[in-house]
Amino acid sequence: MAVGKMSTPLARVRGLGAARSGTTHFWLQRLTAVANVPLTIAFVVILVSLLGRNHAAAAQILGSPLVAIIMLLFIISITTHMRLGMQVIIEDYVHEEPARMILIMANIFFSFAVALASAYGILKLSFGVFGV
Amino acid sequence: MAETKAPVERPLSPHLSIYRWPLPMAMSIAHRITGAGLYFGTLLVAWWLIAAASGPNPYATMAGFMSSFFGRLILFGYTWALLHHMLGGIRHLIWDTGHGFTQSEREWLSLATLVGSITLTLILWVLGYFAIMGGTH
Repeated sequence: MAVGKMSTPLARVRGLGAARSGTTHFWLQRLTAVANVPLTIAFVVILVSLLGRNHAAAAQILGSPLVAIIMLLFIISITTHMRLGMQVIIEDYVHEEPARMILIMANIFFSFAVALASAYGILKLSFGVFGV
Repeated sequence: MAETKAPVERPLSPHLSIYRWPLPMAMSIAHRITGAGLYFGTLLVAWWLIAAASGPNPYATMAGFMSSFFGRLILFGYTWALLHHMLGGIRHLIWDTGHGFTQSEREWLSLATLVGSITLTLILWVLGYFAIMGGTH
């Protein structure tokens, strides 16, 4: 086959060929989809339990270890999932360059910015608020 | 040479607009639209967390916007989109296993996505109002 004499041992092990990517996108999309189900349910429970509470109470709950860790997992999973999903939408509808590449880059920037901003908020609450 | 006349209206190739909308197709499109909505909805989540981390005043500003009519409308839409996308995603995971592809199963799963997401949204909002009325503390 083409993946043989002309390829390095590393390339042969990776088995990705000329496309340079295999099932990584699909796999990560499905992996985060599965993770999103329990994490989204937990997120909704956290959100509802915080309704009507003032800042001090909300900050303390959000900063408590279990809630903060669940929120971090939720943020990591959904922002990864949405980055992959939006990339597919862009690839489906935008065919002209450089618009396509610019949007794909903007999508990645946006997803990581949202992830980091959210994680920063959670960690600041966690490390800044001591339990009673 | 032919005289210039109105071009004959004929479809060049069948596309979305040519078909009637069966429920699975509508739910497939809804899955993508809710996904795109949730994408930008994460800005609200980020705003919420940053506001909570920034202090009482930024948190009150965010809570004030969210409890306004416009804020509640966005939050209601976000709730439905989140649940609809989650149920639609579970449906896709079922399909990934190779199950649920018969005509009746596809119809049933699509209907369950829609009815389930609307029902769960309403239940959550009733619960939410009870949580608020349960006392502000």
